[in-house]
Amino acid sequence: MARDESINSVLVIGSGPIVIGQACEFDYSGTQACRVLRAEGIRVILVNSNPATIMTDPEFADATYIEPITPEFIERIIARERPDAVLATLGGQTALNAAIGLFKAGTLERYNVKLIGADVDAIERGENRELFRGIVEKIGGESARSIICHTMDDVMGAVTQLGYPAVIRPSFTMGGLGSGIAFDEESLRQIAGAGLRHSPTSEVLIEESIIGWKEYELEVMRDKSDNVVIVCSIENIDPMGVHTGDSITVAPALTLTDVEYQKLRDLSIDIIREVGVDTGGCNIQFAVNPDTGRIIVIEMNPRVSRSSALASKATGFPIAKIATKLAIGYTLDEIKNDITQVTPASFEPTLDYIVVKAPRFAFEKFQDADPRLTTTMKSVGEAMAIGRS
Amino acid sequence: MSKAFFVLDDGRIFEGSSWAATGKTFGEAVFQTGMTGYQETLTDPSYHKQVVVMTAPHIGNTGVNTFDNESKKYWVAGFVVRNPSTLTSNWRSEKDLEAELIDQAIVGIQGVDTRAITRHLRDRGAMRVGIFSGLELTREEMVIEVRKQPAMSGAYLSADVSTESTYVVPAVWEKKFTVAAIDLGIKGASPRAMAERGIEVHVMPYNTTIDEMLAINPDGVFLSNGPGDPATMTETIELVRAILAQEIPIFGICFGHQILGRALGFETYKLQFGHRGINQPVIDRKTGKVEITAHNHGFALQAPTDAGFSTVYGPGQVTHVSLNDGVVEGLELTERGAFSVQYHPEAAAGPHDAAYLFDRFVDLMVQYPRKVEAL
Repeated sequence: MARDESINSVLVIGSGPIVIGQACEFDYSGTQACRVLRAEGIRVILVNSNPATIMTDPEFADATYIEPITPEFIERIIARERPDAVLATLGGQTALNAAIGLFKAGTLERYNVKLIGADVDAIERGENRELFRGIVEKIGGESARSIICHTMDDVMGAVTQLGYPAVIRPSFTMGGLGSGIAFDEESLRQIAGAGLRHSPTSEVLIEESIIGWKEYELEVMRDKSDNVVIVCSIENIDPMGVHTGDSITVAPALTLTDVEYQKLRDLSIDIIREVGVDTGGCNIQFAVNPDTGRIIVIEMNPRVSRSSALASKATGFPIAKIATKLAIGYTLDEIKNDITQVTPASFEPTLDYIVVKAPRFAFEKFQDADPRLTTTMKSVGEAMAIGRS
Repeated sequence: MSKAFFVLDDGRIFEGSSWAATGKTFGEAVFQTGMTGYQETLTDPSYHKQVVVMTAPHIGNTGVNTFDNESKKYWVAGFVVRNPSTLTSNWRSEKDLEAELIDQAIVGIQGVDTRAITRHLRDRGAMRVGIFSGLELTREEMVIEVRKQPAMSGAYLSADVSTESTYVVPAVWEKKFTVAAIDLGIKGASPRAMAERGIEVHVMPYNTTIDEMLAINPDGVFLSNGPGDPATMTETIELVRAILAQEIPIFGICFGHQILGRALGFETYKLQFGHRGINQPVIDRKTGKVEITAHNHGFALQAPTDAGFSTVYGPGQVTHVSLNDGVVEGLELTERGAFSVQYHPEAAAGPHDAAYLFDRFVDLMVQYPRKVEAL
């Protein structure tokens, strides 16, 4: 098996503006993708709304469009350039959403363009909460337990089962209106009461809280021959409840025995297979109860993510570059390991050092921002260090 | 904390601090690249007479527990780490690693540059080593002591690690097969993996005779992992030939793979620095699929990888090779139920990618049912 010869031109979707929560890591991954494609003799068409990126420098693509990353604009580019394929898994959530939009609008079919890297079904299965929950259950994993309630009696019954603290999520409200965490009966009655009132269907979801649990991430890659490797495990020092982007993180994971690590590895492999990401990378997040070891699958990103950039630098395994090669048809054993140049990329990096990433905050510049760390990312940058003592 | 020395037989000495038990110990210096699973490594009989250098820099983070031991005792001859963890952080931890090493009388050393040691061993090959901890010896005296030790080539170690008498690991759920497992240094995970597949496993001593083995009327024979030089295993090789003659399905792993290979007439040789880690890519030549596998071997089998081969027991082929260096990692007899792999499908520590091989063993026992029942 080798490269898919039917692909001679690829439209790469970039990630757009650099904002908090989505920074230059996607410029890095997109640039890598452009380089790999051009080295393969493929014509690269690039769209990115942000001219202040490396990838929009003229030498990285054969045609560069500085246009909004929306299905409407991209459709016009496709109509003009007629690429064979679209690669959207290296431009963060923005690019992925645009690709889904193009698929749903029928643009890809109309112009006979392949979506490479991950197909729409896989993206849906990875990102749709309910579908993903079903997949986790199917492979024998666990998601956070939750109970749908319509009355305060239901709510009290649910909390008897799930215990405190409890997360309350009202159904069909905008922007998480009425949601919150209750630590005792008084706050529960208050939040759930408001939630039931705000919800147009008088419905709230009571979910067990995993705040304070250990948080782990695994970076996984899969090729079209179904070879799967775990590139890196990452452990967050700040537990569940603090966004990974705001956490101090360590690679590799340091407080798991092999039995526990292999459980996470098995779950990750089953998930990437079941979700159906068949040519590329993804990132899967787990919470582990520090007292009982109970494992909960939190979510997966069916694309190259912020953590992939960290994992690449931490291990020397160039995830974006290899994800691009997998997308155009190569298998992991056909790609050379970047560091050794002789052994294949179908291996799992083993480190004889430890990598620590610390976030950089700039609350002094954002006077009105609440400096308390939550599940929303607030850091503006990060620094990484490598060492072995 | 007193001074400790890691002394190689080529005269290179690394200075560190005493850790775990003090005193002196000798063995073959090998490095292990797993980032998890130090407890499984310490209790793996294949590490008998080996001083294990961990390349992961921080060891002991998860303490030790009762459940992750692969055998009844700690087998490594010595244990070398960069930084021992000063505290344990894991819900299953029952005891601090250093305290357990002291109880098990394992001499250790910490604070040495494990990367420099690893590079040295990669360049020069595995060699004899001594750890001297809390002793007043000159450098010359230490090197001389190390050079007096026996080398791993030619070492016959099965008698040290094998069970003295047969014990039975019952099948989980319904019993479907009986397997005789020859214990050459077996890890607990192997009988466990078989028991989960409905196999009653009779773990038998290394010097079991063919008659003793046939007496339990086995559906299959399992050849375990273990320490030592496969070239010294003359009696076991003869036993394997007798089993092949009986046409009983055979599954060999690691040392057992080398012995099956030798029984078929192939040679074994010593690798420069061996494969020891849990991230080793191996390709299945029949399916083209890559498995990430756990390895622990210093010797390897010399067999033709370009074409099939023929033996007195029928034709066969090399089924698996290492993607890192092309070493033979698996073989099979195509017309008889015998196959083996150089790596560890039972994992512990390591990935579970190769667990399907135990299912293949079950399939073989179905395909080649025992013929001795009529006797």
